[in-house]
Amino acid sequence: MTAVSTHLNFFQTKKGIFSWIFSVDHKRIALLYFYSLITFFLVGVTLGLLMRYELLNPGKDLVEAKTYNQIFTMHGVIMIFLFIIPSIPAVFGNFFLPIMLGTDDVSFPRLNLLSWWIYVIGALMALSTLLFGDGPADTGWTFYAPYSVKTGTNVTMSVLAAFVIGFSSILTGLNFIVTIHRLRTPGMTFLKMPLFAWSLYATSWIQLLATPIIGITLLMIVAERVLGVGLFDPSIGGDPILYQHLFWIYSHPAVYIMALPAFGVISEMLPTFSQRTIFGYKAIAFSSLAIAFVGYFIWGHHMFTSGMSGTARFVFSMLTFLVAIPTAIKVFNWVATLYKGSINVQPPLLYTLAFIFQFMIGGFTGLVLGALATDIHLHDTYFVVGHFHYVMFGGTGFAFFGALHYWYPKIWGKMYNIKVANVAFVIFFIGFNMLYFPMLIAGLMGMPRRYYDYLPEFHLPNMISTYGSWVLAVGLILMLSNLVAGLLKKNQNVGRNPWNGITLEWQTLSPPPLENFDRMPEIPLNGPYDFEHKPEIKD
Amino acid sequence: MRTSASTFAQGVDFSLYVIAGISIFFLIGITIVMLFFVFRYNKKRNPVASNIEGSHKLEIIWTAVPTLLVMVMFYYGWMGYKPLRTVPAGALEVTAYGQMWKFSFEYPDGRLTDSLVVPIGKPVKINLVSRDVLHSLFIPAFRMKEDMVPGKNNFLWFEATEKGRFDILCAEYCGQLHSYMLSSVTVLDEAGYNQWLATASSISEEHPGLTLLKQNACLTCHSQDGSKIIGPSFKGVFGKTEIVESEGVEREIVIDEAYISRSIKQPNADVVKGYLKGLMVSYEAVLSDEQISQITDYIKTLK
Repeated sequence: MTAVSTHLNFFQTKKGIFSWIFSVDHKRIALLYFYSLITFFLVGVTLGLLMRYELLNPGKDLVEAKTYNQIFTMHGVIMIFLFIIPSIPAVFGNFFLPIMLGTDDVSFPRLNLLSWWIYVIGALMALSTLLFGDGPADTGWTFYAPYSVKTGTNVTMSVLAAFVIGFSSILTGLNFIVTIHRLRTPGMTFLKMPLFAWSLYATSWIQLLATPIIGITLLMIVAERVLGVGLFDPSIGGDPILYQHLFWIYSHPAVYIMALPAFGVISEMLPTFSQRTIFGYKAIAFSSLAIAFVGYFIWGHHMFTSGMSGTARFVFSMLTFLVAIPTAIKVFNWVATLYKGSINVQPPLLYTLAFIFQFMIGGFTGLVLGALATDIHLHDTYFVVGHFHYVMFGGTGFAFFGALHYWYPKIWGKMYNIKVANVAFVIFFIGFNMLYFPMLIAGLMGMPRRYYDYLPEFHLPNMISTYGSWVLAVGLILMLSNLVAGLLKKNQNVGRNPWNGITLEWQTLSPPPLENFDRMPEIPLNGPYDFEHKPEIKD
Repeated sequence: MRTSASTFAQGVDFSLYVIAGISIFFLIGITIVMLFFVFRYNKKRNPVASNIEGSHKLEIIWTAVPTLLVMVMFYYGWMGYKPLRTVPAGALEVTAYGQMWKFSFEYPDGRLTDSLVVPIGKPVKINLVSRDVLHSLFIPAFRMKEDMVPGKNNFLWFEATEKGRFDILCAEYCGQLHSYMLSSVTVLDEAGYNQWLATASSISEEHPGLTLLKQNACLTCHSQDGSKIIGPSFKGVFGKTEIVESEGVEREIVIDEAYISRSIKQPNADVVKGYLKGLMVSYEAVLSDEQISQITDYIKTLK
């Protein structure tokens, strides 16, 4: 066995709760995010399971209509603003971006801590609506006016919470952009950066430039509700379509805030488990920027039935199809990376393969929705619900759990039970597809979304979907308990590089020391995935 | 599984088949190739990997092919959609009203109905009006949907190709009873439709006040049996003493003719304690004073 290092790892340097919640170490902040995110994720999952239970049969199964409407709103707000938007950047970006760039922290460590605090305060504001005021919002996570202006539920606090959390996103984006520009280790040019860094770079620009728009839009709702300023409600002189434009100008690019970091994680795991360089490094790197850029100009496809002019519908539909091209380029390059590799099938690779499969379904159903004729029928139906869960959960969610299995030994210096992880994956995968595929069918049949009750002809897909949610829950519980069980193991030594990876985080100790590296990291000769010139890593 | 009962259904379904066909081909193809690679280049079979950096030729192919294919998809999507915006001259015009949580339809002769009746093979233009929040008139069998936006005059049109009764659903979330905002469209042949038109808007035995309450969707929020839905029940409400909130000040009032009239014309002026402001819109422009007194007469009978 290897010699025990004399370095203290970042868990051991300081003890006590204050050494965590006031830590400026990017690794500790990443874990603060992780524990808070996973808590909110589990709350969101519970709400989702309640929704599915209610929809098991037509009529009332569990709750009243109003409660159901509040549950789906809370589910959306939590999953989008508290989980999926921060997920990969805030946890794995914070932890690994500085290490992969070969540096000791992000550019602004205190700002990084502030971002977490802002996130927590915003999250508590969102959850406070459960206890205070007139109950949680019942508007759907989109807060569409004029209903959001008229309803008696606590919309004001919910949108203020989303406004506050926005700053966390903006500041994290700013921090990453500066870190990537200023703190790369000597010799690491932009084109020698790992693709995860590239994807975070593209994401950060969207966070920085698009989030302020949702911030001001949400404040406009508050102004309308509290001060009676007529902005969106036509009965006091406003325009509800204006709200939809402003909302989607942020919220469509936000889809790429959620998806791009997942692309980055996938682009890391594929070379490691194929033991070869990524296929088409530049194509993958630049397609991230292309997606981020084109993603700004297609928000109108959320509004094809709102009464926009024919010209606007034509232009937005065409631009929507353009975004499919860089996405397709990525998928082809990922699959080509498996070609002539030496493939080691481990849990992170299983999540990667599932990601590619499910993300394709998410993408293809997106094409169906981007086409005008089909969208007119499918808009605001369960087809849309199925589509974005395939993208967000089947895509980003699976990438998040893949990344968790991938970097787990590096973060905690321990290893989970691989066999149990594989079994959990299979259950999770089956449950996921059983849960969301029937939604696509229900949507094609014409079942609208946000329905507390439905006509009898939609019973079968809803029933299968609800059963699927139980299978998914079993898989999730097994996966998480396996990961927790791994942490409880004593005296394990997984070494520096259990997966034989090549990016810089695998050159340091597991868990990394406070300053990240115990010796100067070496970058491979020809780009970040040059397995032929892989620096030798001694324990 | 899917009924198609309008002239658009074919165009919409055709573009769906084009896009879904191309998509399923690539989904299955890429998945098979991916799984084959994982099997064929497994480390047991292929212990040493080859470091292939990329290929310009392939990058060009898999940029160009998707570009072409998505443009084909866009084209069919646009072609299937274009007729939806071009209303033929001489279409029968009906105005559809959406309000929480009821559709109603007004015909050129002034008749108001809860559900739509149209002749087969004739273009019908529906003007979409919302009285409160967003709604969306969705007819799955016609592959047709357009939002009802307050303050904005949207429309849709269709030509039914099959006789029968088809569901109308509200597709844009509009609050508590969104999923119960349902109606239907009945397609009749020429003779049947003319007969339906000829039957004078049925002279009913019911109280004219009740008819007005039904026509204006009052009963989705105000029950007649004492149960609380969104607003106060009409049962026993007349003559009752209630505490109302007027501009932030609470005061006690007795519910009389004047109060009911004011509540219909300015619903947010005096809201009974325990109920929410802002949910009801003013019916001042909809109901005449005579109609309001008919409604009041009817409410008096609900003891």
